[in-house]
Amino acid sequence: MAFTDVINRIFGKDGNGSKDVAKERLRLVLVHDRANMSEDVMNHLREDLIAVINKYMEIDQDALEVSMNNEDGTASLVANIPILSVKRNIS
Amino acid sequence: MGEVIVVTSGKGGVGKTTTSANIGTGLAALGHKVAMLDTDIGLRNLDVVMGLENRIVYDIVDVVRENCRLKQAMIKDKRFENLYLLPAAQTKDKTAVNEEQMRDLCAKLKDEFDYIIIDCPAGIEHGFKSAIAGAEQAIVVTTPEVSAVRDADRIIGLLEAAGLKSPKLVVNRIRTKMVKTGDMMSVEDMLDILAIDLLGIVPDDDSIVISTNKGEPAVLDDKSKAGQAYRNIAARITGKEVPLMSLEESGGFFEKIRSIFSK
Repeated sequence: MAFTDVINRIFGKDGNGSKDVAKERLRLVLVHDRANMSEDVMNHLREDLIAVINKYMEIDQDALEVSMNNEDGTASLVANIPILSVKRNIS
Repeated sequence: MGEVIVVTSGKGGVGKTTTSANIGTGLAALGHKVAMLDTDIGLRNLDVVMGLENRIVYDIVDVVRENCRLKQAMIKDKRFENLYLLPAAQTKDKTAVNEEQMRDLCAKLKDEFDYIIIDCPAGIEHGFKSAIAGAEQAIVVTTPEVSAVRDADRIIGLLEAAGLKSPKLVVNRIRTKMVKTGDMMSVEDMLDILAIDLLGIVPDDDSIVISTNKGEPAVLDDKSKAGQAYRNIAARITGKEVPLMSLEESGGFFEKIRSIFSK
């Protein structure tokens, strides 16, 4: 333990104030809140994804699935995109 | 042409009405012509904070229903003759003013006032949507608590979706000592998380309780630290660059010793 830690402890400052707990809890709750996108936004994202991927390959648009995953404090976008055929002549 | 600014927060009890009253009064003290709108229908309070509760005859719902002319409903402030309040209705429900009526009202007020300050109700429902409908700028009030910052984040998203692209943050009730000991989130912590511009920091200050008791906004009290913070915020709204005030308190003996060792 460093000298300053001892001093801080004596004078009531232990270095892990409750604000770090607050920040971490806030970070987690916001990851979850922000990932909770509206239907509208998800539909736009879906359409944009289809448009981009269509340039390179033919995909099964009806079977395409896009979803948000929230686990262990991290959010990820999961897309399952079945390919029908890949276009030729793309260098 | 005036500027329409909505004061909002999502969470209730963080100081929206106090902030609205002090910003409105602060701008009027700088010589601008200011209209304050209380849109918290059913729970009106801006009149009480301003000390104007005994002068109400008509309210915002009377204006949109054309029971009276706009000018008849605007209450002139006790202290500044360039400051007016349009009070909320106390007996009607939250849906009494819709978005279009609010846009019309703001457009009319813009012709005559330099600043229109809208005190928004808590929540994200009808009352919130109406309150922001006529606004061009938004001020988000928060306090250093997980619940208030979370709601501020949600509100910022909703404001941006409604076209209010760069809301500004007011952090209310900061307690310097607790920030120093690591028991309260600092302004930097909150800005980090919310990623918006800071408009001002208001310290937790007993003078706010006293000024609210009296119905005299703290911004007019030269000795009040919170009042100074609100004067700075008002000046920044007019485009002046005012540095953040020091919230350092001259703490006790232990505080001083600790500050020496914590460098």
